[in-house]
Amino acid sequence: MKYFGLVWKNVWRKKVRTSLTILSVLVAFLLFALLSAIGYAFRAGADVADAERLVVIEKISLINPLPIAYKNRIAATEGVAGVTHASWFGGYYQDPRNQFGQFPTDPYEYFALYPELDIPPEQLEAFAKNRTGAVIGREIADRFGIKVGDRIPLISTIWPNADGGNNWEFDIEGIFSTSDPRGSSAYMLMNYDYFEENRLYGKGTVGWYVLRIEPGADAVAVANAIDMQFANSPSETDTSTEAAFAQSFAKQFGNIQLIVTLILGAVFFTLLLVAGNTMSQSVRERISELAVLKTLGFSDGSVLGIVLTESITIMLIGGLLGLGLGWLLVQVAASAIGAFLPGIYLPGSSAMTALAIMIGAGIAAGIFPALKAMRLTIVDALARA
Amino acid sequence: MTETLARLEGVSRTYQKGKERVEVLHQLDLTIPKGDFIAIMGPSGSGKTTLLNLLGGLDRPTAGSVRVGDAELSKMSNSQLSSWRSTNVGFIFQFYNLLPVLTAQKNVELPLLLTRFGGSERARRAKIALDIVGLGDRARHYPRELSGGQEQRVAIARAIVSDPPLLLCDEPTGDLDRETADEILKLLQILNREHDKTIVMVTHDAQAADYAQRTLHCDKGTLKQREVA
Ligand SMILES: Nc1ncnc2c1ncn2[C@@H]1O[C@H](COP(=O)(O)OP(=O)(O)OP(=O)(O)O)[C@@H](O)[C@H]1O
Ligand SMILES: [Mg+2]
Repeated sequence: MKYFGLVWKNVWRKKVRTSLTILSVLVAFLLFALLSAIGYAFRAGADVADAERLVVIEKISLINPLPIAYKNRIAATEGVAGVTHASWFGGYYQDPRNQFGQFPTDPYEYFALYPELDIPPEQLEAFAKNRTGAVIGREIADRFGIKVGDRIPLISTIWPNADGGNNWEFDIEGIFSTSDPRGSSAYMLMNYDYFEENRLYGKGTVGWYVLRIEPGADAVAVANAIDMQFANSPSETDTSTEAAFAQSFAKQFGNIQLIVTLILGAVFFTLLLVAGNTMSQSVRERISELAVLKTLGFSDGSVLGIVLTESITIMLIGGLLGLGLGWLLVQVAASAIGAFLPGIYLPGSSAMTALAIMIGAGIAAGIFPALKAMRLTIVDALARA
Repeated sequence: MTETLARLEGVSRTYQKGKERVEVLHQLDLTIPKGDFIAIMGPSGSGKTTLLNLLGGLDRPTAGSVRVGDAELSKMSNSQLSSWRSTNVGFIFQFYNLLPVLTAQKNVELPLLLTRFGGSERARRAKIALDIVGLGDRARHYPRELSGGQEQRVAIARAIVSDPPLLLCDEPTGDLDRETADEILKLLQILNREHDKTIVMVTHDAQAADYAQRTLHCDKGTLKQREVA
């Protein structure tokens, strides 16, 4: 690698041209990073989903509530091992921009249904015992600097409370986290009982139910049995596995994967043209310099290597910058919209793919100019200069 | 008797130009003793550069033998010639042919990249070469920051840095004014006399040829010798 100094100087021979090329590489890999993260988020929803967990929502719309009275009937359905419910609180913290998921639920039931969530048992107990208690995910705690013992206000955009105002207050009794890097902990849980007692309307309802089927039970049969029970009632239900629920959510955004692939294909094709053109110009304008290197005794192979390394270097500079910037934006996006699109995350496999693409594109863009440089005959090249 | 550094025997070089075969060199014989300083003159197109290319292992003869030191260049492969050149011959061109992206120092270090020397040893040797050509204080300058004469000095430093016995110069003063040309020629003379470099120099300038020990005239594919001083 003692030629690298020479390579590096040649990379910057035309600073503007190289910068523009690097910029286009940067944009391509930035796009790659963002699209990978988004594509991953949609797939992650389905991956994280637990096949033994079913979600019961109102048949017509997810937004319509279900009677709380359904709970015992669902629990009594054959094949159901445990059930809980949650509702959409729709609040924000301090500023309308600070939105994240908040769900009134039953503390013990909820954590029993989501074993992937970790919370110290004494915090869970404190949460269950305090009517105005709540627990927050680690991401929320970090984002707003909220600690256990804090009393925080939330403005609900949906639910006025008994005072007629929209201001609710909760005691943070614990912080939970999820061990799954694709799972989200960007939400808050509070006591349904307190919420139910103090909201002005909507009493006697919940947003949706979540249940776990008994090991070995047939998820489809259980789902059908539940929906049959409530058929022809004012609130019919639609029960599906969590995975199916996540997928139907993702399908609303169309075939993301295909679009991502098409866009990236076009971007990288253009990138190869741009970088390939840069490299062939760069070789064309220094034919005599390359001939001089050969005259001095540089082998054909090292001349090939020098030009190829230049091309790969340009790709790596732009690509790593783009990937880094993408990673940063994904971090920002994760904290801003993580509640709505949990699992937005740039996976290591995508970074490795990107690295492989950088090297591959570097070789593809540089190979023909490099071969031209390699095949140069000194006598002709010097005579032409 | 002095030792022979290079010997050309029955060397021909023909080029195919379309249907026509052009014989640039015809059955040429030349013996170059160690320590010689030869000027080669002759009309344009007479084959002077072709001759230098053969002596420097940049090209192979169509017929005949080119022996430099222990090496029979006419029988060597491209890659053998390439590594042979790196230690056995230094080239000096009319237009200097420095790499514009590298400083004088780094230009001079280039041939040493092909050796096993580490970075500091390369730098030390390049510095010595620059000192020899009188440009020790311009090491960090880029070629565009140097005059033509200075650029040619850097090129000479690059040619001698790996200490090859043979220097080949193709019109080294062709692009310089009289005064600068004389300085470069004096430098070549010093390299010949004090550093034991054998030099073959192509030139169109009779005054330049006066610096050599002898002048050969290249015409119609052969060399005519005429001793000078
Ligand atoms: N690669 C080549 N292919 C075909 N013909 C060539 C090639 N190289 C040189 N020639 C021909 O060989 C002849 C001698 O060329 P050469 O460059 O050796 O001349 P020269 O004596 O150095 O001339 P000048 O003084 O102009 O530099 C010329 O007629 C030239 O056209
Ligand atoms: Mg010539």
